[in-house]
Amino acid sequence: MATFVGMPAFPEAAREKLGDTVLRRNLAHATATIRDKRAKVVGELEDAGTWQDLRLAGAAIKDTALHDLADHLELLERRLTAAGATVHWARDAAEACAIVASVARTHDVDEVVKVKSMATAEIELNEHLADEGIAAWETDLAELIVQLGDDLPSHVLVPAIHRNRAEILDIFRRRMADAGRAAPDDLTDDPRRLAEAARLHLREKFLRAKVGVSGANFAVAETGTLVVVESEGNGRMCLTMPEVLVSVVGIEKVVPTWEDLDVLLQTLPRSSTGERMNPYTSTWTGVTDGDGPREVHVVLLDNGRTRALADEVGRQALRCIRCSACMNVCPVYERVGGHAYGSVYPGPIGAILNPLLRGVGEDPQVDSLPYASTLCGACYEVCPVAIDIPSVLVDQRRAVVDAKRGKRPSAEALAMKAVGAAFGSPRRLGALEQASGLAGRAVSRLGSVTLPGGRSALRSAPGPGRAWTDARDAPAPPAESFRAWWERTDGGRS
Amino acid sequence: MVTCVNDAMFPDVGKATVRLLRRLGVDVEFPAAQTCCGQPMVNTGYYDEAVPAVRQVATAFDGYEAVVVPSGSCTGSVRHQAADVARRTGDTVLLDTVESIAPRTYELTEFLVDVLGVTDVGASFPHRVTYHPTCHSLRLLGVGDRPRRLLEKVRGIDLVELPRAEECCGFGGTFATKNADTSVAMGSDKARHVRDTGAEVLVAGDSSCLMHIGGLLSRQRSGVRTMHLAEILASTEGSDGGAR
Ligand code: SF4
Repeated sequence: MATFVGMPAFPEAAREKLGDTVLRRNLAHATATIRDKRAKVVGELEDAGTWQDLRLAGAAIKDTALHDLADHLELLERRLTAAGATVHWARDAAEACAIVASVARTHDVDEVVKVKSMATAEIELNEHLADEGIAAWETDLAELIVQLGDDLPSHVLVPAIHRNRAEILDIFRRRMADAGRAAPDDLTDDPRRLAEAARLHLREKFLRAKVGVSGANFAVAETGTLVVVESEGNGRMCLTMPEVLVSVVGIEKVVPTWEDLDVLLQTLPRSSTGERMNPYTSTWTGVTDGDGPREVHVVLLDNGRTRALADEVGRQALRCIRCSACMNVCPVYERVGGHAYGSVYPGPIGAILNPLLRGVGEDPQVDSLPYASTLCGACYEVCPVAIDIPSVLVDQRRAVVDAKRGKRPSAEALAMKAVGAAFGSPRRLGALEQASGLAGRAVSRLGSVTLPGGRSALRSAPGPGRAWTDARDAPAPPAESFRAWWERTDGGRS
Repeated sequence: MVTCVNDAMFPDVGKATVRLLRRLGVDVEFPAAQTCCGQPMVNTGYYDEAVPAVRQVATAFDGYEAVVVPSGSCTGSVRHQAADVARRTGDTVLLDTVESIAPRTYELTEFLVDVLGVTDVGASFPHRVTYHPTCHSLRLLGVGDRPRRLLEKVRGIDLVELPRAEECCGFGGTFATKNADTSVAMGSDKARHVRDTGAEVLVAGDSSCLMHIGGLLSRQRSGVRTMHLAEILASTEGSDGGAR
């Protein structure tokens, strides 16, 4: 099974993806479509003057929930238990996976059906269950495509966003038979035919499965209610048909009240699928006589969340409701796709969430993520819970740099120190500029190229400048800096 | 504040800014103590290394009525980052000074439109021009349509719309070299949109972004030249005043 383990750092992974023309095309098309849809429905509320209010209300609700997290979680546990559910606490991925596996084993099953869930993807539950001889079947259409293709998700909402119809047809034809009902012989790449094939394939699994596994978009503390929103209805099948249901829920998913939910259920679908309301909202509270699963387990998962919560600047990342709007507007994500981020959380939120959950200074892949952004700010603008992603990115860069202080300094650290020191002295800066001006004159005399407008430019710079001039011309330093000009002419007055 | 990039690489932008402001009756000074806003270090995560630069900001600009910056990015840095750097030093005098400078710091078009209250700056520039709103001007500062309003009043200008104008050009400071491949992929798309407009000149309010897009346009032999907004607003080309 494919996993993100051992992925190269972002720049390298990105380079490889940039060469994939099918990926670039699929992504550009898909993100543009979904961006436009979102802009339209958010625009309606902007026109009504309520979007910014809802956005700030959403941020405040999540902040409140996080502020007294322990209290809300304890209430949630009490309500859930009172409603007949069994609550488990998991510190990390291994504990959470072990709990799910043990529930499955208790019921002696070798397969479970799954509702699309980021938390279970994060803890690599499917892989863990497979090691225990239990097959975990994804039932979300896009997740199914990823799973059958032995691929990795590349988007929070549309995990198969990088795939086109022809590729999906190919995956269905080759792999469906191994996992259950085979694809029909005359299957075509018509979206309706593909969806129908998936439906028949999945129906067989729904009817068979005794254990369902889900996550939750929200957990309402006051009543002990879990909430899943989805577009297809497949999730609801998994939540209602099996006898046993296990839900793995990140501890940051708790909201105190139903009123809080009201706000978030308005902003989530708009930001996410560009719909005013999502087609299916399922809520369940423990066990109900004669309806739904007979046994309900809830695994409350930490896995780095308390670490993120301890980070003063970064804790706002825990507000995230996984709408994926930030990745759809991110110009970096649009070109490299989700795999380059080496995590189930890609794009701008992934670039901050991964280092916050896992800590920095240990793994070069994680440490490369805060730098996988131009800080253009598009993500902050769309985020329905107003996470200031650019500020957190910069702060996580600081954390990466600070984690390495006291060790042998890198070339970059030495350069930053030298440049920083030069900026502490106008005189030294002036001398440096003069030296570079002389170098610039030498370059222009050597006959470099000329930029439109007449200025000389370098087509290949030495040393670290190479990374610039590999693809871009660089203007040669001017003969005289502004500072020198000002001094020589008394600010242009003489 | 001329900014380190303009000082060392694009002195003409500084000169144009001075010329423009003087033409509008502003008393312009260049306090020599200034060096850099500290952004290159901060945005790469080197807060401690940014301290000397931030100290120079405090030394240079304390006491001035207004600090005018021909860069959205550096304005944003003074406004939003300098205090964080100062706070880490524990030097409260530095922090107070930086915090008092921040609200008096204006990006050039903010200063022209909001403080001076002008949109017609008496410029003339008879060329086909397209405008790229750089991310920090657009989102961090929210300069809005100020640059456009100023450009529209320039005599002789043929201002054409840039497709997908609000998308980042891919410069991103050290991103341009740390993630050079992605940076170039983004910049190439931006350059393509610029070429599609048929403009002779690409204008923006940040020299670094222009250096990035311009470097690609040049490598592609596009023949499009880049100019800073200040240079166009200072221009009197083709008007009765003679060339510039
Ligand atoms: S960070 Fe904001 S925009 Fe991105 S997925 Fe989370 S809630 Fe959505």
